[in-house]
Amino acid sequence: MVTNKKQQHSKTLSLFLIAIPGIAYLLINNYIPMLGILLAFKDYSFIKGPFLSEWNGLENFTFLFQSDNAWIMVRNTLCYNVVFIILTTATAIFIAILMNEVNKRTISKFFQASLLLPNLVSMVIVSYLVYAFLNPETGLLNNTLEALGFSAINWYSEPKYWPYILPIVNVWKNAGYASIVYIGSISGIDASMYEAARIDGAGKLKQIFSITIPQIKSTVIIMVLMSIGRIFASDFGLFYQVPMDSGALYNVTQTIDTYVYRALMVNNDVGMASAAALIQSTVGFILVLSANGLVRKIDKENSLF
Amino acid sequence: MEMNLLTKGERAFSIFSVVVLLLVSVMALAPFVLILMSSITQEKVLLTNGYSFWPAEFSFDSYLYMWNQREQIGRSYLTSLGVTAVGTAVSLMITTMLAYPMSRRDFKYHNHLSFFVFFTMLFNGGLVASYIMWTRIFHIQNTYFALLLPNLLLSGMNVLLVRNYYQNSVPFDLIEAAEIDGASELVTFWRVMIPLSVPVNVTVGLFTGLAYWNDWTNALYYVNDPFYFGIQNFLVRMMNNIQFLSSGSAAGMVSGGTVQLPSTGIRMSLAVIGVLPILVIYPFLQKYLTKGVIMGAIKG
Repeated sequence: MVTNKKQQHSKTLSLFLIAIPGIAYLLINNYIPMLGILLAFKDYSFIKGPFLSEWNGLENFTFLFQSDNAWIMVRNTLCYNVVFIILTTATAIFIAILMNEVNKRTISKFFQASLLLPNLVSMVIVSYLVYAFLNPETGLLNNTLEALGFSAINWYSEPKYWPYILPIVNVWKNAGYASIVYIGSISGIDASMYEAARIDGAGKLKQIFSITIPQIKSTVIIMVLMSIGRIFASDFGLFYQVPMDSGALYNVTQTIDTYVYRALMVNNDVGMASAAALIQSTVGFILVLSANGLVRKIDKENSLF
Repeated sequence: MEMNLLTKGERAFSIFSVVVLLLVSVMALAPFVLILMSSITQEKVLLTNGYSFWPAEFSFDSYLYMWNQREQIGRSYLTSLGVTAVGTAVSLMITTMLAYPMSRRDFKYHNHLSFFVFFTMLFNGGLVASYIMWTRIFHIQNTYFALLLPNLLLSGMNVLLVRNYYQNSVPFDLIEAAEIDGASELVTFWRVMIPLSVPVNVTVGLFTGLAYWNDWTNALYYVNDPFYFGIQNFLVRMMNNIQFLSSGSAAGMVSGGTVQLPSTGIRMSLAVIGVLPILVIYPFLQKYLTKGVIMGAIKG
């Protein structure tokens, strides 16, 4: 095909024009706020606004680290995420291995549909589901406890139970979804490997531990690394709406995301909120890059870049 | 044939798998059954026995009450539906428009563009900067734009999914053929590429639609006028203050008489109607959903 310079030029221009709405949106929604993290170095004033507020160096960070808040929210974010990654990955692999044994397609489809449903509903709905169990007066758990002769528990004001409740809710919501990838990975394993093992007289458990698990190992490692890349971020709804924003629970439910929200919207403390947000964005960025670097070393095909 | 070859142990394991998965499925579904059953339990029974899987006495009072409050609930429902429809349509449009030039290896800037999109997936400015931008520069608070614009309209992941689809599943010959026929880039995109992207756009549209339907954070950040609440934020408000429902219009009028607000049951029936649309479309879309999860989780 004959393409002279002029034609080439107009082609580039047309293709660029098609991309413009998307570019404009990302510039506004994503790139302007990236510059906005500089607010963390300002003494924000609602009267002066983002541009005219004065710089105050590292003062916001000094204030943030002088309070207990910084330690509590980082501890909670990291510890919950570690527990979530372990529980969800283990449950998802367990589900995937069992799912591979179900021969009837209609049955396995039903299982998959039921296990995926929790992932499709909003955290608001989840908070209602949890409420049906935990409401102190009419919740199912307290009624069951009372029927068995125990005394009722005021779930929404007792911090000690939430380090168990939140992981349960998280696994309930995400394990089925996470299992999809492993189911795909297991179904890709060469069937002749199992045949050979059977001829050698290997039982089911032996097959699982010496074929299935080693074969999906790299997928597991990749998925876990990707989750570690997001370990500094938390599911805002899980920590804010599910515990019903209960002040008595902040010590065990405050994560970086809920702190940023509360500092910004409840206390109107833009300085502290933006300092915490900047730390989250920066550390998150470094973690994603490192996790991806590791994935790249294991399997170039599956790294993000 | 293969069934006959299974050893005793293998058959036992297969049965074990089905039984365990059945239990796990029951656990996944149980909370939904609990709210459904509680929503059709009589209010008095709820107050004495609490929420349970099998009501001592059935009653549809809470649904009747909701029907009487349909002005308020109906509007939030319509708001959610409208925002989901508009948001998803616009999102699909600009996602495809951005993905197509990125997919063209003969486009001079396709790598720059890919990086531009990709970087948004690695780094973000966080809530504070977004909040101040949307409220101080664009003044979207208490408008429908607050529900539509922040974060949900375009996801870098979706753009990459469509780009990969174009690169892997649409032969470049088609574009060349259209060009030889004298079609301009815009015509090629509109007439050839958009129709070809339907399969991937069903998946992407499904994810976007779910994100819009389930979103409650945009209204939490940017809306305090209940007029603009979608169903999710209506539910948030109801959780904090059940009286919110009766504060709106002519409250609690059932066939001329005043009925008491069935506050315990109505929370459950509201949750049921919040899940309903997802349950209705779910059977049709499960296939695309699983496909999308695999596409998104493991690239390519």
